[in-house]
Amino acid sequence: MAKYAILIYEAESGYADGGEEAWKQAGEAHGRFAGQVGEKGGQIVGGDALEPTATATSIRGDIVTDGPFAETKEALGGFYLVEARDLDHAIEIARLCPAPFGGVEVRPVMDTGM
Amino acid sequence: MQMPANDEVRDAVAQAHRREWAFVLAATARVTRDLDAAEECVQDAYVAALDAWARQGVPRNPGAWLTTAARHRALDGLRRDRTLRAKLPLLVDAEAADQAILAGQDGDDVIGDDRLRLIFTCCHPALGREAQVALTLRLVCGLNTAEIAQAFVVSEPTMAARITRAKKKIATTRIPYRIPSPGELPERLRGVLAVIHLLFTTGHTAPSGGSLVRTDLVERSMHLARMLCELMPDDTEARGLLALLIVTDARRATRAGADGRLLRLKDQDRSRWDRSALAGAEAMIVGCLRAGPPGRYVLQAAIASLYADAPAYEETDWPQIVALYDKLLEVWPSPVVALNRAVPLAMVAGPETALAEVERLEGDPRLSGYQYLPAIKADLLSRLGRTSAAAEAYRRAFALAANEAERSFLAEQLAIAE
Repeated sequence: MAKYAILIYEAESGYADGGEEAWKQAGEAHGRFAGQVGEKGGQIVGGDALEPTATATSIRGDIVTDGPFAETKEALGGFYLVEARDLDHAIEIARLCPAPFGGVEVRPVMDTGM
Repeated sequence: MQMPANDEVRDAVAQAHRREWAFVLAATARVTRDLDAAEECVQDAYVAALDAWARQGVPRNPGAWLTTAARHRALDGLRRDRTLRAKLPLLVDAEAADQAILAGQDGDDVIGDDRLRLIFTCCHPALGREAQVALTLRLVCGLNTAEIAQAFVVSEPTMAARITRAKKKIATTRIPYRIPSPGELPERLRGVLAVIHLLFTTGHTAPSGGSLVRTDLVERSMHLARMLCELMPDDTEARGLLALLIVTDARRATRAGADGRLLRLKDQDRSRWDRSALAGAEAMIVGCLRAGPPGRYVLQAAIASLYADAPAYEETDWPQIVALYDKLLEVWPSPVVALNRAVPLAMVAGPETALAEVERLEGDPRLSGYQYLPAIKADLLSRLGRTSAAAEAYRRAFALAANEAERSFLAEQLAIAE
């Protein structure tokens, strides 16, 4: 098994406009996702949702600025760390990851073990 | 025993390179579990063959000889240098690989599977189309980087970097060296077919430069399509693609005149078409159509075959071709298909109706910059006698065309229209 990050990129306006109902649905969908990963033979080993980019502070060198590192239509809003057999397995899992206002990106986690 | 002449050995090795490269590499990659190391061992085996076959004669089964030689090298390498396998590990199904090594050689079916593994790995959707094409030529066809760079009109360092990046992605993201599961297979196969088709069209209408047909790419892509049919005999889309390539290629000799000028379908000398190839393809298409609802490639092949079937351009079965295009649009709703449909539509419903259809498609952003749209439009306009509008459309098509033969054809049409 290898570790992959599933990075969730979504338009924040989706949740801002959708209000409580959108959050409730997302919460339920992510709950289901956790169960589905196990059924697929993978395992979630970490992850969290992030506060919106309005709360972001960027630091480059000595300069501290308000806002995300890069302004994009779809912003990183959360991530999972999962264990999967190979890329195909990771993709199979990532396909199930809820992202109604965008999509997800799969990246292998670097093996820095000496 | 009569020793073979040098030329004979060189020919045998060259032929084995064309025919057996994928077979030998796929089997060796299981041992090395590293594509770079496998390539090196296979290259060494081909070099060794030049010498050994000159001394011992050309073996009856060159593929088996080369596989054994390459695998011996791989096993030696593994014993000598353990780091060899640690650099860019290929994710081989461990159990199957060990069994294959223990058995000393694979059964026929396992070797067949190995070539498929290699093809599906090269055409994995996590790799960009350019990388898929480059890897397929390099690993499945055994072309070197310089040859691939030349085929795609990029510099050798650019192509080398592209191939290295793709191999690295296979290793670091753990793209598995296996055949996709039945559930994924149709979608993954579409990717493989698209790569083969792209190779063919790149060779058939070279995107730039002087020669209309880059023969080698055409032959390589047809070889790949044949290999795929052999490996997946039940798949009608693979057979449909092969039939499409055969039909298109059967008209290769007549696509340009003696002076290199591009000839339209209606101006081509039909007596020079390869009739036996066309008949073979037609039989394949009929078989595919009987097997069930046809997919994109079977329908494209059926259309191309129907065009080629008519004894003269004027005798083409236009209504049937429009009907096939309608079916094709159902399974593959592409604006390019809709545009191509305008050509037979003009013969059935008149150029006015076809022109209206082309003008409707002009608004599609996916067709902006597509040279064949203004070219088709120009032809329809000139048939309607609207010469100045036709000239304008020819000028636009000319500006978009990159191929020399196509440019001179369009320039000529422009001169007539003006």
